[in-house]
Amino acid sequence: MSARPGQDPADSAEQPPADDREPVGTTEPGRAEEIEQEKAREGAADDGETDDRWQEAFRRIISGGWAVALGAILLAVIAGSLMIIVTDEAVQEAAGYFFSRPGDTFAAVGEAVGGAYSALFQGAVYNFRADTFAAGIRPLTQTLNNATPLIAAGLGVAIAFRAGLLNIGGQGQMLMSATAAGWVGFGVTGLPFPLHLILALVAGILAGALWAGIAGLLKARTGAHEVIVTIMLNYVALYLLSYFLATPGLMQAPGSANPKTPPTPESAQLPPLLGERYTLHWGFVLALVAVAVVWWILNRSAVGFSYRAVGENPRAARVAGIDVSRSTVSVMLVAGALVGLAGVTQVLGTVTTGFGSDIDAGIGFDAITVALLGNSNPLGVLGAGILFGAFKAGGSAMQAAEGIPIEIVLVVQSLIVLFIAAPPLVRAIFRLPQPGSAPKKKRSKAARKEVSA
Amino acid sequence: MRLELRGITKRFGALVANDHIDLVVEPGEIHCLLGENGAGKSTLMNVLYGLYDADEGEILLDGEVQDFEGPGDAMNAGIGMVHQHFMLVPVFSVAENVMLGHETTHGPGILDLSAARETVRSTADRFGFHVDPDAVVEDLPVGVQQRVEIIKALSRDAQVLVFDEPTAVLTPQETDELMAIMRQLKDEGKAIVFITHKLREVREVADRITVVRHGKVVGEADPTAPDNELASLMVGRAVQLTVDKQAARHTDNELAVSHLQVATPNGQVVVDDVSFTVRGGEILVIAGVQGNGQTELTEALIGLHPDARGSILLDGSELRGRSVRKVLDAGVGFVPEDRSTDGLVGEFSIAENLILDRTDGAPFVRAGSLQLGLRDEFAREKVDEFDVRTTGIDLPVGRLSGGNQQKVVLAREMSRELRLLVAAQPTRGVDVGSIEFIHQRIVETRDAGIPVIVVSTELDEAVALADRIMVMYRGRVVGIVPADTPRDVLGLMMAGVAPETEGDAA
Amino acid sequence: MTAPAVDGTPAATPDAPRTVSTVSWKTPIALGVVLALYALLLLLAPREGDARFSLSTPTDFFQLPVYVIPGMATAWLCAAIGAVLVVPSVLATRRARRTPLWVTGVFAAVLLFGFLAWAAAGSARDLSVVGLLGGAVALSVPLVYGSLSGVIGERSGTINIAIESQLLAGAFTAAVAGSLTNSPWVGLVAAMLASALVSLVLAVFTITYRVNQIIVGVVLNVLVIGLTSFFYSLVLVPNTETLNSTTRFERIPIPFLERIPVIGPVLFDQTIVVYLMPVIVFGVWYGLFRTRWGLRLRAVGEHPRAADTVGIEVLRTRYRALLIAGLVGGMGGAFYTVVSINQFGREMTAGAGFIALAAMIFGKWNPVRAALAGLLFGFATNLQNVLSVVGSPVPSQFMLMLPYVVTLFAVAGLVGRSRPPAALATPYTKE
Repeated sequence: MSARPGQDPADSAEQPPADDREPVGTTEPGRAEEIEQEKAREGAADDGETDDRWQEAFRRIISGGWAVALGAILLAVIAGSLMIIVTDEAVQEAAGYFFSRPGDTFAAVGEAVGGAYSALFQGAVYNFRADTFAAGIRPLTQTLNNATPLIAAGLGVAIAFRAGLLNIGGQGQMLMSATAAGWVGFGVTGLPFPLHLILALVAGILAGALWAGIAGLLKARTGAHEVIVTIMLNYVALYLLSYFLATPGLMQAPGSANPKTPPTPESAQLPPLLGERYTLHWGFVLALVAVAVVWWILNRSAVGFSYRAVGENPRAARVAGIDVSRSTVSVMLVAGALVGLAGVTQVLGTVTTGFGSDIDAGIGFDAITVALLGNSNPLGVLGAGILFGAFKAGGSAMQAAEGIPIEIVLVVQSLIVLFIAAPPLVRAIFRLPQPGSAPKKKRSKAARKEVSA
Repeated sequence: MRLELRGITKRFGALVANDHIDLVVEPGEIHCLLGENGAGKSTLMNVLYGLYDADEGEILLDGEVQDFEGPGDAMNAGIGMVHQHFMLVPVFSVAENVMLGHETTHGPGILDLSAARETVRSTADRFGFHVDPDAVVEDLPVGVQQRVEIIKALSRDAQVLVFDEPTAVLTPQETDELMAIMRQLKDEGKAIVFITHKLREVREVADRITVVRHGKVVGEADPTAPDNELASLMVGRAVQLTVDKQAARHTDNELAVSHLQVATPNGQVVVDDVSFTVRGGEILVIAGVQGNGQTELTEALIGLHPDARGSILLDGSELRGRSVRKVLDAGVGFVPEDRSTDGLVGEFSIAENLILDRTDGAPFVRAGSLQLGLRDEFAREKVDEFDVRTTGIDLPVGRLSGGNQQKVVLAREMSRELRLLVAAQPTRGVDVGSIEFIHQRIVETRDAGIPVIVVSTELDEAVALADRIMVMYRGRVVGIVPADTPRDVLGLMMAGVAPETEGDAA
Repeated sequence: MTAPAVDGTPAATPDAPRTVSTVSWKTPIALGVVLALYALLLLLAPREGDARFSLSTPTDFFQLPVYVIPGMATAWLCAAIGAVLVVPSVLATRRARRTPLWVTGVFAAVLLFGFLAWAAAGSARDLSVVGLLGGAVALSVPLVYGSLSGVIGERSGTINIAIESQLLAGAFTAAVAGSLTNSPWVGLVAAMLASALVSLVLAVFTITYRVNQIIVGVVLNVLVIGLTSFFYSLVLVPNTETLNSTTRFERIPIPFLERIPVIGPVLFDQTIVVYLMPVIVFGVWYGLFRTRWGLRLRAVGEHPRAADTVGIEVLRTRYRALLIAGLVGGMGGAFYTVVSINQFGREMTAGAGFIALAAMIFGKWNPVRAALAGLLFGFATNLQNVLSVVGSPVPSQFMLMLPYVVTLFAVAGLVGRSRPPAALATPYTKE
């Protein structure tokens, strides 16, 4: 401790350091609080300030820590179990005579929950009932397959987060990228395999980038809030694609009345990664490459440095000669390209038999939760994407085996994020220590004093 | 009402912001709480006002121990506060602000605005000033806003009034009017706590003075005590208010600003037809009460107001209309007024902050990639050179003290090849030791033949640092005068009164 | 400091700060662009024949004829009037004034009429004005209640992206409660409570735990979709008779008034939930701007610390505001199941919550304007339904897109600057 009692904070070389160093990319809560308060105190009303404030607020929630993450997952799983229990018929039946034979109820509960999670695990990781290892491991490849777009889109949300932008527009960006990739896929004929694939890939990624770029441009030019803009663009994209799908000659499969496209030709498909027997395709590798690229951008590149500077403190970035508008537009382009990659892997890898306007499969929104769970850092997003991919794979298996609707996955995922976002709540529930409360106050105080004095 | 604070102690972790502070304020008395920035005055008042809980000690009103859960309790007990940052809702009218929290209503919670208007009018009349109860607060000048704060406190029948650094935003004239109001309040029998670090004001109104330093009461003083005695009590050692510098040696470098105009987005002209020149080797201090266009002027110089009109010629080439990047590249160093919001990224390390404006190419960026080794080497060098007291270059800059943060900004801005230095409020909120260091570096820059512009609202600093002083009032230049201009003339200029003879134009 | 100026030359500074004109050319440009697009539409897709507008319903006091007007001619006439209306806008901007609201209003109305004439031209069926307006009122109900919910919450400083989940939770609960009790009133109350529960979760996480409000909102939407869909397919579908077929509110025609042509069937033959709408809109407006509750709520949303320093409990005020917002939002949710159709369907709100959000922004956080925006968006949605009846050439998807595009223009500042509450999205901490 460098500050002794009675010593003026301004005289000490530095304010007392935190007892524990927070991981990279997280925010010291006290400082964030202090800034918020200053802002609130000044009561400033312009849009720019509003943004600063909730970037601060946002960063506070991503500073979770592993204990909290585990606790959050546990709580969400418990809540999911409760949903299974109250809707399970055997449990309801046994509960009818709970007081005469409580054991039956517990047995039924155990069976319902155990069955569900066993199905979840076997659907997501390894199927023990399979004869061979090759067949048994199939669920894991399915998990990775599901994780592919989640990772890509999660990166798209995360990199925007780091630049202080909330990209709620994953749905629209995916739809537009799927539209472009799909159109190049079945619309362009006569190109050989790798060329056709690359063309479709590029078209899709570009479309995603441009769609997100609209939001970036509106934000940079007019100050329009990117959250509102991206939400609105989601719907615009949805209806645009619906129109294309419903119009013969545009994207509707010839000879069909359904709003669905023709299948993606083989020359534009991402080839399977582990051979024909698994659904896993090269899109997963692309997602891994994207993780590496985003890591480099954020941690090693000049442009990533300016993104982070803008995200942390746009005013200081501007004074330091960083073009905040350009940075906003460019990070949205990158974010859209990443989300676009997610759309592309869907159309060219996972759903190659033709798609409808639900091709985004909620991934655009899941990506937000993935980015949050992954602490907006590329490796975290990779892990979170695989976890949610597993939930999805296991959820389908659970629905098939136990008749539990897959929507339970949505509930569990959203609860995880809610709990992760409120570490004090999780700590209180599990009686974990609330770290840093004392130094937090001290720091915030000392900093504030110096600003306000 | 008699206010007594007994042994108030407030800790933030290991830091003791208030260390057993005792204070007694009698009714009909103006009690000055004098102390440097960061001495713990505001913390003490926030404890008194129920915003903070004291760790030890008690608050007594007329001998009775009080237990304030929040500001509401303090207010009900008769404590009123005129906050340094006004606690007014900008989009509300004066009457709404005054009634907020103790609204007069008729029926089930329906506002009675006319009663609130009447309160505003009658209180204002009592003190001989006029405030329109229906005016929206954000449209009012700061001086008037402060009066709304006073009316707000009085409308709740406050018996103890706390003025927290009330003069920082006022012109000398407005300050005098405030002093008159304070005296009138005192004559009405209110107990008044006046927090300030300005000696002149203390001398003018105080009945008693308590000096705080490092969170402790270090002494009581009489209002007739000499300046340097009060100052050394406040700072803890003899204070040198002058800056060592040789006579200016002009060079050919020159910044020429002519007819510069900056308007806010809603059309208010905040920099109005400003023209001046600064030669290489001289320091031009822009003085004036805070909020008279100095901030916007410096921002315009650096390119932060793309809509500014007029001309900014640096060594003959036009800067106006260039992006911030291009202005920096032209050799302009800029120390922004508010370093924590405009100068530094608090979460970034010292090393990262030192290259914040250097990411457009060599040496720190090659092929789009940051050169981390080079960056760290540079950072270590600068931390050393500028005496930044830190445990390491990876420490987030937000954890440094104000003075050390400012050194980081200076180190960054001075490490480029400069042709102009603009430093806005370079020593605000900075400890005394750092102030001397910062002044010294600024003078060195001047002596290197570079034109220097310093914005200061502290007259002492302006006089000490300047070769010439330009005073701004309401966005305009009142006059440009030599540094040895008498203080009373400068004071008048800060109130918008032009000097009788225009100062030397050179 | 020295004494104030007694002598000496006062600087030539006028007392009021100088101002320069900042009126932008956005409005005339926007009008011009819209007009150009409209003219382009007429040029590229000319339509033959007459447009037929019917104004009456059989129960009216007197029958108005079906008006038959030449489609293209009317459309072009409207374009001409629109062009004339751009002139005052240009003139106003030249003189550094804002374009008067009536100009924009009349411009929009005229072009809309022209558009209708164009779209209905050549159709054998009559375009029912009553159907158009009546449907618009119905479709706008959840939008209006939803946007009011948004206004109350956001005025107190909490962004409410979760309007969608309030509506959905309300719709679900109203269906179940209404089915169990056979009373739409119970359904309505249950919907309000369910929506308030969603609000409460939002409040706990954003106010107490200071989690980013937008993220909580987004997550809540997913959560409520998950919960309602889960219980829908597992519980409601197998028990449709007992749990998912509720009694609806009956229409209450207001005697005499309901027989006035056009406005009678549109405004005076509705359900209680619709009749309550203007009452609640006015109530929210009055509450926000004329009562102690509203003054404090707005203070907390603009400058919470100032509110705190005058003894207002910031957190409690925000909690209360969100709960009330939830109750109001729930009325919109109930509309789906106890007014519109009598059962719940998976994700049946279909993004209405986001349109409500858009209406709130478009209405500049003012309850009356937000409600009007809600009506406008309801109208746009219904326009698509009506046009498909007369066989319009405009693809329905583009009509459905309209509210979102309009909102994009609105937030981009093309329809006038709006200013959200200053402390929006800012959690409040005392220390």
